[in-house]
Amino acid sequence: MRAVTDTLIITQRQLRLLTRVPEVLIFSTIQPVMFVLLFRYVFGGSIDTGQPGGYVQLLMPGIFVQTVAFTLAGTASGLAEDMKKGLIDRFRSLPISQSALVIGRTLGDSLLNIVVLAVMGIAGYIVGWRPSSGLLNVAIGFLFLLFFGYALSWVGIFVGLSATDARVVQNVSFLVTFPLTFLSNAFAPTTGMPRALQYFAEWNPVSTMVAACRELFGLENKFGATAGSFPSENPLLTSFIYMIIIMAIFIPISVRKYKRAAD
Amino acid sequence: MKSVIAEDLVKTYRNGAVRALDHLSLDVEEGTVLSVLGPNGAGKTTSVRILATLLRPDSGRAMVGGIDVIKHPEKVREVIGLSGQYAAVDEILTGWDNLVMFGQLYHLGKKASVARAEELLERFSLTESAKRPIKTYSGGMRRRLDLAASLIVKPKVLFLDEPTTGLDPRGRQEMWSVIEELVKGGVTLLLTTQYLEEADQLADEIAVIDHGKVIARGTSDALKKQVGGERLEIVVESHNIAKTMEVVANISGNKATLDEGLRLVSAPVSTGATALIETLRSLDDAGIHPLDVSLKRPSLDDVFLSLTGHAAEEKKEEDAEVGGRRKKAKK
Repeated sequence: MRAVTDTLIITQRQLRLLTRVPEVLIFSTIQPVMFVLLFRYVFGGSIDTGQPGGYVQLLMPGIFVQTVAFTLAGTASGLAEDMKKGLIDRFRSLPISQSALVIGRTLGDSLLNIVVLAVMGIAGYIVGWRPSSGLLNVAIGFLFLLFFGYALSWVGIFVGLSATDARVVQNVSFLVTFPLTFLSNAFAPTTGMPRALQYFAEWNPVSTMVAACRELFGLENKFGATAGSFPSENPLLTSFIYMIIIMAIFIPISVRKYKRAAD
Repeated sequence: MKSVIAEDLVKTYRNGAVRALDHLSLDVEEGTVLSVLGPNGAGKTTSVRILATLLRPDSGRAMVGGIDVIKHPEKVREVIGLSGQYAAVDEILTGWDNLVMFGQLYHLGKKASVARAEELLERFSLTESAKRPIKTYSGGMRRRLDLAASLIVKPKVLFLDEPTTGLDPRGRQEMWSVIEELVKGGVTLLLTTQYLEEADQLADEIAVIDHGKVIARGTSDALKKQVGGERLEIVVESHNIAKTMEVVANISGNKATLDEGLRLVSAPVSTGATALIETLRSLDDAGIHPLDVSLKRPSLDDVFLSLTGHAAEEKKEEDAEVGGRRKKAKK
């Protein structure tokens, strides 16, 4: 019980930080919205999707997934910042549940994702995104996205604990997430890639997530599926397995690392 | 009763390549102040981190408030307060936010947390800035807030790791009076510092540490006695140094020492002002006009120098350079 209240207090702190520095919220929202607009109007005209509604229908799931993937960087750099300032020492010297700080942070970052996804959804709607699968499926799609972001924020916790300079963490995280999001079916069909990259893109969790979201938003998953491979046939299941694996690995090692952060 | 006991603590880093603590032992009597004094890298912060449950020693034993630090860290955390070298508060949040949050983390409940936060803000003269983000605070204000955060539930044992490092003289004074106030309230305090003056001012007892172990301990007076009485210091022009050393040695009856960089000749004297007058007279007879003369009571600086062979704090770049040159000259 104590662990739960401790965690919620930390989550509350995360949210309060957002109200104190609204710029964080504004910029974490502006960037994906900018991506929506750029891709929609720069590539949208020249990519033929073969599906009704045009490129924006396929693009939105891609950008949603890309945005939640960047949770990793946000969590990691925020935690590294706390480490550097010695704030973690203070928390660790308190009689509180030792995992509250990291769990609280992952929850706080997920709450930020809710806001960001909502704003993006609205922006997408304005530029023509119309999911055709009904409210329930769309809601499940968003839950799926939040869950993916949550799993990745545990990777972020690990990265943040491993390095102590927030800027390095930020750069490293981007270095990992950028290729991952582009070597996927998020923005363009994978069929145009060299064969080796195609395999990578097919099994890339970002691709399976994007394909899963497309399915949940009522699209046929033709875009980027090269063959009848397992991940492209079963994107929902594959993504789900990925998330479970990520959390099964990173939650224990991050908590362990946090407890020993100073040794 | 001892509130803090550390026995034979060893802590190494990088697989033993760096030995931060080398069989360090110390203890603090309940209700007293022990100052752990030492230069950067002596092991002060490592000791505090072990006692405050943040770090596990490689070997050794530590008890705080009668509880084993290694076996029951979670129980130790309930009786200690820790305020570190860097103010460990959330810069973006306000002072009020921070204290209320920490109060809640101590399970005071929202209402009691607010009440306690306001009480502490008042006590540390931070009420006016309570609703401003910490990043707008001065260094001294941050440290006071950090200290306040460590006092939310009245801790039995308080650890202050270099509470005034980096503060300007005024900030340091303010911090000192706050700490003195606390000590009157009866808290057991372990304070680390690299400022000799600070240890002198605040501590009942001083443990001097260097290279991870305690090299001397006792009251400030006892430590000063180790270096002897007063010291005569005279600064002269370079060409007068030899003669001055001779005069000083004659009068003091001790060997005079020379700091070449500062052209400072000094020697311990037992007759105080008389020795000073005699020396000046002899120098005058010899046609030497000193540039500066002083009679110094031993400071903890001298204690440190005589115990370790090197100074406790690098004050300025200039001084450090002089020290460096001196060391090289010796080799």
